[in-house]
Amino acid sequence: MMYSTDRRYSKEHEWAKPESDNTVFVGITDYAQAQLGDVVYLALPSVGTKLAQFEEFGEVESVKAVSSVFSPITGTVVSVNEMLLNQPELVNQDPHGKGWIIKVEIENLSELNTLLNAEEYEAFLSRSEHS
Amino acid sequence: MPENLRRTPLFDTHLLLKARMVPFAGWEMPVQFTSILNEARSVRTQVGIFDVSHMGRLYLMGTNTSGLMDWLVTNDAFTLKVGRARYALLCNENGGIIDDCIFYRLEDERYLLICNASNREKVVSWIKQWIDQRFTGVELEDKTESTAMIAIQGPSAASMLNSCLREDSFNMRPFSWKTSDIEGTISFVGCTGYTGEEGFEMILPSTKSSTIWKLFCGKNAVPCGLGSRDVLRLEAGLPLHGNEIDESITPLEAGLDRFVRMDKDFIGVEALRQRVKDGIPRRLVGLITEGKQIARHGYAILKEGRNVGQVTSGTYSPTLDRNIALGYVSNQLARSGSTFQVNIRGTMIDAKVVEGPFYSRK
Repeated sequence: MMYSTDRRYSKEHEWAKPESDNTVFVGITDYAQAQLGDVVYLALPSVGTKLAQFEEFGEVESVKAVSSVFSPITGTVVSVNEMLLNQPELVNQDPHGKGWIIKVEIENLSELNTLLNAEEYEAFLSRSEHS
Repeated sequence: MPENLRRTPLFDTHLLLKARMVPFAGWEMPVQFTSILNEARSVRTQVGIFDVSHMGRLYLMGTNTSGLMDWLVTNDAFTLKVGRARYALLCNENGGIIDDCIFYRLEDERYLLICNASNREKVVSWIKQWIDQRFTGVELEDKTESTAMIAIQGPSAASMLNSCLREDSFNMRPFSWKTSDIEGTISFVGCTGYTGEEGFEMILPSTKSSTIWKLFCGKNAVPCGLGSRDVLRLEAGLPLHGNEIDESITPLEAGLDRFVRMDKDFIGVEALRQRVKDGIPRRLVGLITEGKQIARHGYAILKEGRNVGQVTSGTYSPTLDRNIALGYVSNQLARSGSTFQVNIRGTMIDAKVVEGPFYSRK
């Protein structure tokens, strides 16, 4: 399977990967980065910003387009991936790893269950491709 | 994908290479194969190949075709020698640009006109109208859907083609054309391009296009899509119809004066002569913008808080490692070194006018 079971996914093509300390890494999926093309800039929130689930938290800009990114979870931003400032292409090269975008202290871990699991996300993608 | 999109003869080959396909001017075209920026870099450093089969290939022949051509385009068609090509605009009676094109003189009274895919239907109608009205000896044949066209661009383009040829050497002057035997396929090769690099645009039989494309890939030509093509032409300061030029804009505002022969008779010349007398209200400039965000088509250009123009195209330039844009500003403000702000979705970003193309091959 292309999409790992170590995280959850949203229909807006973000992923949320929980860590052991109640924090969650957030990024965009491989599907999203392929749709966007070469990423050149990310407009991101500052540390301390409070986010609600599915609220827009920033923009990913590629050569061809600008796209909003939506938080898959409710919580507070504890870290922003500073590497993306000078290497925005990490989002294309390693969207599920080094291309992580923000780290959020999640308010309620059980909220992750409201997101799609890997299998559901893949099924969601196949349905989208055929529409 | 919307239905009824046309496919070029190379469609299956693109799918095999896992290209990302998008609708463009009624065709299903590859926007990128790997990465827009890496493809652009490959063209600047080695050689890239582009499927441009969607572009209009119109053949005009018969009595006084040269007269028709000279009437239709802003540049000189009579003095163009057989074996050579020119860039020109097709204007309407108001001097507005119907399309930009490259035209080749194949024989004294036989020309090939390459036009934009998005304007092909319109250009064909336009030409037929003038054939019927004044140049009834001319025949128009649209071979767009019965041939393929591949652009080969980059510093290694000539040497790559050289290695494929059944002739001695590949040595062409810019804006010339010839036919060549490329591994057994007779092809028309024009020494032209839309990237600012040395290169060629080749017309070949549809049935051979896939074989030739694969042959080029085997010689390390990098498949490139429309995304990189747009980045490259912007770096080279070349206009795109629909962005920098359209029927509401004359070649004068667009800085294309050198392709207009004001001393001859063509559609729109009267309007253009008047425009020269009256002065032009705005002018196309090249801008380098600060920061990481790209100035895009339609964004406002300001000077001291006042709206003075609009961006027509913008991108990140991998060659300059800067963001670049083209746009129109009031003529009196259009000077090299002039500074402006561009409104990028609410943020004012500094921009500076630069002289000439952002990139040119030395």
